[in-house]
Amino acid sequence: MLALSRHITRGRLFWLGLFALTWALSTYSFQLYKLLDARWVIRFPSALQLNLDTEISNFLDWLVNEAHFGLFSFRDLTRAIAWMIELPYQFLRNLLIEGFQTGIGDGAVQIAPSLSWIAVIAIAVAIGHYARDWALALLVGVCFLYLAVFGQWDSAMITLASVLVAVPIGAVGGLALGILAYRMPWVETLLRPILDLMQTVPVFAYLVPILILFGFGPVAALVATVIYAMPPMIRVTIVALKTVPEELLEAGRMMGATPRQMTWKVLVPAATPTLMVGVNQVIMLTLNMVIIASMIGAGGLGFDVLASLRRLDIGAGIEAGLAIVVMAIALDRASQAFSERRMSHPRTGSVVQRHPWTTTVLAIVVVTYLLGQIIPAIQNYPDALKISTGAFWSDAMAWINVNFFDTLETIKTVLLTTLLLPVKKFFAGIPWFWGILAMGLIVGRVAGWKLGLAAALMMLFIAASGLWGEAMVTLYLCGVSVFIAILIGTPLGIWAAQKPGAGRVILGLMDTLQTLPSFVYLIPVVMLFRVGDFSAMIAVVLYALAPAVRYAAHGIREVPPQLLEAGRMAGCTPSQLLWRVKLPLATPQLLLGLNQTIMLALSMLVITALVGTRDLGQEVYIALTKANAGQGIVAGLSVAVIAIIADRIVHALADKQKRRLGL
Amino acid sequence: MDKPVLLDCRHVWKLYGANAEAMLANGRIPDAAALAEANVIGAVRDAHVQIHQGEIFVIMGLSGSGKSTLVRCLSRLVEPTAGEIEFDGRDLLRASEAELIEIRRKKMGMVFQQFALMPHLTVLENVAFPLEIQGVDRATRRESAQKVIELVGLHGREAYYPRELSGGQQQRVGIARSLVVEPDLWFLDEPFSALDPLIRREMQDEFIRLQNMLRKTIVFITHDFDEAIRLADRIAVMKDGVIEQIATPEDLVQNPATDYVADFTRHVARAKVIRAQSRMEPATAERFAGEVAHDATIESIADEVERADAPMKVMKDGKVIGQITSRAVIDVLVGRG
Ligand SMILES: Nc1ncnc2c1ncn2[C@@H]1O[C@H](COP(=O)(O)OP(=O)(O)OP(=O)(O)O)[C@@H](O)[C@H]1O
Ligand SMILES: [Mg+2]
Repeated sequence: MLALSRHITRGRLFWLGLFALTWALSTYSFQLYKLLDARWVIRFPSALQLNLDTEISNFLDWLVNEAHFGLFSFRDLTRAIAWMIELPYQFLRNLLIEGFQTGIGDGAVQIAPSLSWIAVIAIAVAIGHYARDWALALLVGVCFLYLAVFGQWDSAMITLASVLVAVPIGAVGGLALGILAYRMPWVETLLRPILDLMQTVPVFAYLVPILILFGFGPVAALVATVIYAMPPMIRVTIVALKTVPEELLEAGRMMGATPRQMTWKVLVPAATPTLMVGVNQVIMLTLNMVIIASMIGAGGLGFDVLASLRRLDIGAGIEAGLAIVVMAIALDRASQAFSERRMSHPRTGSVVQRHPWTTTVLAIVVVTYLLGQIIPAIQNYPDALKISTGAFWSDAMAWINVNFFDTLETIKTVLLTTLLLPVKKFFAGIPWFWGILAMGLIVGRVAGWKLGLAAALMMLFIAASGLWGEAMVTLYLCGVSVFIAILIGTPLGIWAAQKPGAGRVILGLMDTLQTLPSFVYLIPVVMLFRVGDFSAMIAVVLYALAPAVRYAAHGIREVPPQLLEAGRMAGCTPSQLLWRVKLPLATPQLLLGLNQTIMLALSMLVITALVGTRDLGQEVYIALTKANAGQGIVAGLSVAVIAIIADRIVHALADKQKRRLGL
Repeated sequence: MDKPVLLDCRHVWKLYGANAEAMLANGRIPDAAALAEANVIGAVRDAHVQIHQGEIFVIMGLSGSGKSTLVRCLSRLVEPTAGEIEFDGRDLLRASEAELIEIRRKKMGMVFQQFALMPHLTVLENVAFPLEIQGVDRATRRESAQKVIELVGLHGREAYYPRELSGGQQQRVGIARSLVVEPDLWFLDEPFSALDPLIRREMQDEFIRLQNMLRKTIVFITHDFDEAIRLADRIAVMKDGVIEQIATPEDLVQNPATDYVADFTRHVARAKVIRAQSRMEPATAERFAGEVAHDATIESIADEVERADAPMKVMKDGKVIGQITSRAVIDVLVGRG
């Protein structure tokens, strides 16, 4: 008894009590409702419900149909934006796929064909070589060749055209806003909360209003893509400009540079390597979103995946999915190489000698154009040589399902019954009023009572929006997925940090996993486990694993060597060194990893609505299919609320830990 | 000093902190304790400096003593909290942004501790950069840049990028860049501190060689006393934002104004600082072994004087002004008197 009471400090008592009370209320809420005959115990009183969703929908209706800014209406504005995006997009489509024509319909006359597949591959190779070396050129070339050989060319080119339109807009827009924020502090103050919110609102949520404003089609998809991909560029730009050495700025000022010269001749060039990291992010996010935006009319590979998921056509799904993977790898490696690229000495000589690559590529474009008129195989990759792997994948999946059905099913059942369902029951049973209070207490205890109050109010918003049940399902799925991701990811990260050989493989794999668009994760999961919470959880774990691994590895590696030496000199065994020295010191990093894992898990969770979860994501997805902007935005905000609360809790924990370690 | 004053700075203050301005309202002069109490950092406190045409003025002090801040006030990279600064007869603190740009473009140059080279530009482009900012055409600026590059001994490396150069070479680029506009006033903020001792020595020699050719007015920051006495015409010693003393190196060693300066100069090799004229006596000997210049350091004449069998004449403007004995030289060398 004495030994026990020693372990129960006041802090522990608080958590223990909170948990016990929550558990009791969760288990007996139904009885409580019966006992008190008070329906409000399990249901938020409908009289108090907010009707924010209808109001948002009405507002959007008004915006689209009536809003007028004197000279032009809101609809004119969206039309103008649409036109500005449509123009380059159509040009790229013509260039890459359709060829250029005059006239419409039957009267159309072809002026010029699209770039031949050989020319596109040549350009890709040239870019690879320019960005780094022959190895990269080869990699990029093989990736594009893959698209041609495996019959994914046309879809891939549609996706590429979207990426090529969205990336410059996102990158340049982000740069401009970033510069503005750097130059004028009030712009940053204004942007910061918007950026924070954008990071946490799930993508589906703003697909809905965009769908309403721009209509179904590639333009809406591109607008959504740009909005999705721009915030990181703004952030990176602000950071990049702020980290330009102070001395360099002073040097610029001492030379008498005007503010404009400061920006364009000193700041931006000096920050270019970091800015390129931002561009790489923009490219990868763009690809991710272009795939997701197939739901609102972006064609291409994303549409193929979506269509085959809906048909449950295993082979086609995997084929398109692999094409996305290949494309993601090519884009990522090439753009990363650009960010690491160093200025090289300019060549001398004639124009041709100075620009050997440009010349070669131009020559290939011209030659393939001319030959393509005579030999169709040069213009379009011949169908006869295409390899379709669809049947192969279908067979492979069928084989796995036949031979491993029992194993997979057992795993699924065991995990479902021992982990997922009990947790689900626990969360689903929590009465809303207690949930709000408990969240306030948790946040208050960890991050201060002001934030605790804010958290409680935010939870109240969810309850008042009639989304309590869905939010609890989100919490449960997110919690379980993050738990498993951390359980797998942390040991992997520690292993990667301790063994350099294994580390390279693991971290390389994680890098690749992180470049893959989130859609891709759904494919194998659905194939193996069909739909439901379990499939969703697996997809979320896969998607959110990378940060858990990375931060763990980073945290362990960053432990100061003197401390390790001190530990060794004190006679620590390797395992003592890990548990007593490395892990405690790595906790702040581990917590940051946890934070990232939660954020990724939430964003993926929304996408798993496609495999039939019953959470806030599903609510957003339904809103999307019904084009109900209000419903989508409110559900999206609810996800954001959960993300923000989680973020604050974890950050407060990390800060506490850092202070304790004196970092 | 008989030379005209190029830069005149009076009562210059730079305070960091919330109520910096209020501390100085109505001409108040807060002391260190008052500043500390108000949580204000006195980076520069009540500085008076006059820089004369053609001199090398060295600012010395430990890390955090306010050297960089003072120099940045003099160039108005940092806005002083209070004070007056007159540059070339103009009130620098009232100059508009456009005037300031003009002054910096044409009349000031600055060399930085970490070199501050543009990473994306070659040596030639870096050196030509100030001219590019001024809108000078490409051919002219390349030509001017080429000239200074040769002056600092970087011929043949025009097409290199900064990262391909050693620290010493990078600082040569920094020097070349600050010289390309032919500034009247040349600021150097610890230009050699980031370099290895051997390279630093070499760069000091290089600097002396350049100065002998160019005769610029120079404000030079260092925390290395040996560097200061090698280069300086006059030295200002700073401590906690306050200038403790401004004097020639010799004066500083022989007549330190405060205990701090005395402490600071105690371990200096005095023979490097003290000059013949301050240890001479009336020329009474019948026979002289030779002659030395009045402003030669004891270190530079010690060997000769000590070996001679008679005193040596001390000369100024071709006239004998005294004699110096081996005894006097040895006194300095062993630190007597
Ligand atoms: N922007 C600033 N905000 C607040 N305090 C500052 C700022 N800049 C300088 N200081 C403070 O002013 C004091 C003088 O700094 P300064 O950089 O001038 O010293 P320094 O003599 O050049 O030192 P070092 O030899 O390290 O370069 C320091 O205490 C420093 O912390
Ligand atoms: Mg300094």
